[in-house]
Amino acid sequence: MTSSAFDVEAIRKDFPILTREVHGRPLVYLDSANTSHKPRAVLDAIEDFYAAHNSNVARAVHTLGSEATTLFEASRDKVAAFINAASREEIVFTKNSSEALNLIAYSISNATTTPGAERFRIGPGDEIVVTEMEHHSNLVPWQLLAQRTGATFRWLPIDDDGRLVESSIDEIINERTKIVSFVHQSNALGTVNPVARLVERAHAVGALVVLDASQSVPHMPVDVQALGIDLMAFTGHKMYGPTGVGVLWGRYDLLAEMPPFLAGGEMIETVDMAGTTYALPPHRFEAGTPMIAEAIGLGAAVDYLTAIGMDAVHDHEQALTAYALEAMATVPGLRIIGPDQPVDRGATISFALKGVHPHDVSQLLDEQGIAVRAGHHCARPVCVRYGIAATTRASFGIYTTTAEIDALVAGVARVSEVFA
Amino acid sequence: MSGLSMESMYQEIILDHYKHPHHRVLLEDFDAEVHHVNPTCGDEVTLRVQVRDGAIAALGWQGEGCSISQASTSVMSDLVVGKDIASALALQELFLGLMQSKGSAHLGDEDADALEDAVAFEGVAKYPARVKCALLGWMAMKGAVAQTEGARP
Repeated sequence: MTSSAFDVEAIRKDFPILTREVHGRPLVYLDSANTSHKPRAVLDAIEDFYAAHNSNVARAVHTLGSEATTLFEASRDKVAAFINAASREEIVFTKNSSEALNLIAYSISNATTTPGAERFRIGPGDEIVVTEMEHHSNLVPWQLLAQRTGATFRWLPIDDDGRLVESSIDEIINERTKIVSFVHQSNALGTVNPVARLVERAHAVGALVVLDASQSVPHMPVDVQALGIDLMAFTGHKMYGPTGVGVLWGRYDLLAEMPPFLAGGEMIETVDMAGTTYALPPHRFEAGTPMIAEAIGLGAAVDYLTAIGMDAVHDHEQALTAYALEAMATVPGLRIIGPDQPVDRGATISFALKGVHPHDVSQLLDEQGIAVRAGHHCARPVCVRYGIAATTRASFGIYTTTAEIDALVAGVARVSEVFA
Repeated sequence: MSGLSMESMYQEIILDHYKHPHHRVLLEDFDAEVHHVNPTCGDEVTLRVQVRDGAIAALGWQGEGCSISQASTSVMSDLVVGKDIASALALQELFLGLMQSKGSAHLGDEDADALEDAVAFEGVAKYPARVKCALLGWMAMKGAVAQTEGARP
């Protein structure tokens, strides 16, 4: 069902946690959009760092400090290559996607009072555009930026199938728009948005394009130069890396003019009691001791994915998505929330089950060893849009098998029986 | 029912109250109203009480949510309607203690008798993510009663 080079059983052996049992059943982990598991290579890289090289980066002259810096900076190179950044200086390590997006929003509001950052200033009369399907992390920072600057917060609506309303794009994104920030692949619906269409419109009106790639970078080839975007956020822990490390990518000419967000050690050029000048990107945006081991772990995750190949990863997950959509359609009372055809959508499938609350679905599936997520998935406006309080969500990854999807379908049918 | 242990948490008492909730109607004549939400699941309850002579003369509610939150609110309503406020709050304390026990509580016969159908939720205490669901209606009742007490001269 997938490319011959892709061996899901071999991949599963790389993930120690997949041998676990839950409530006496083999773990069926269908919550990779929430966080993915970590292969042995990532666990080893983190342990090796602490056991053999532990030191702070960019400060120490001694051998361990030099090794730590080399490992940390090598991860930056790996991440840059993985998303085809034009240079390593375009990769800023953050805590997660949320911090990367907040960094952009706060940098833009700091531009109000920073000489030389005039091009980033926004205020009353200007507009910030997101979509109705954003994760709260790409929604609330922009609401707050609008509140701080007096700009207007707007959004592109979604239709009954979980897609952006095409006809709204040219109206909502207009000559007043300064920032368009949208999710590449929706964490709640699975929808993959038309990046080229949005970038073309945003750039035609002179707006900056920010992409939340948290749910796309782990699942498909992402080439920032081919996408034509300006800034992008993603997180390590959803792409088989550790928690605590995320990435802001930005075109260098933009990063070079963006004011700092967090201030402190390592982000400065010269500090004087009368004033401070700042380091060049990426260090300008990396105040304080960074997440060294986590960044190194992320580098190992990038190596792991690169060895498999992102095209193969994407093919595998597209096949799983098609299989799951077809199988789930057979469950009585189950309604897919989001695109129900395997076109321009990823391996994250939200659903409602008639007469059963998602938390009950999730709890009873857990009893069968099946881990799914229930709730509004930090995208509450999506639930509001479809008139439901919450959904149950099954999300897949490189280690997911069709047998696990069969277990899900049987498990959901069993839940319906309990509540019948 | 099958031998699945979790399904025993969803025993008949809980499923019955979920499918046929008691006191699930908003009172027209009431002394206090509260709206409580459980932000992690989106469970909601709007609850109204009518207090007469220091007792809960009537209580009614409307809600949306999982079986645990809705059934627990239904069971709570049966237990506290007609009781004086002190007794209702004592039951609330007893139920709260049971829920916070992480499953280690050993209810005495007297407490088990007092809690009636609410003992069916004992298994919920082992699942921290669901404890808030079971407590939603109870906390709403406590909040509503507190409002009526605060309103007294």
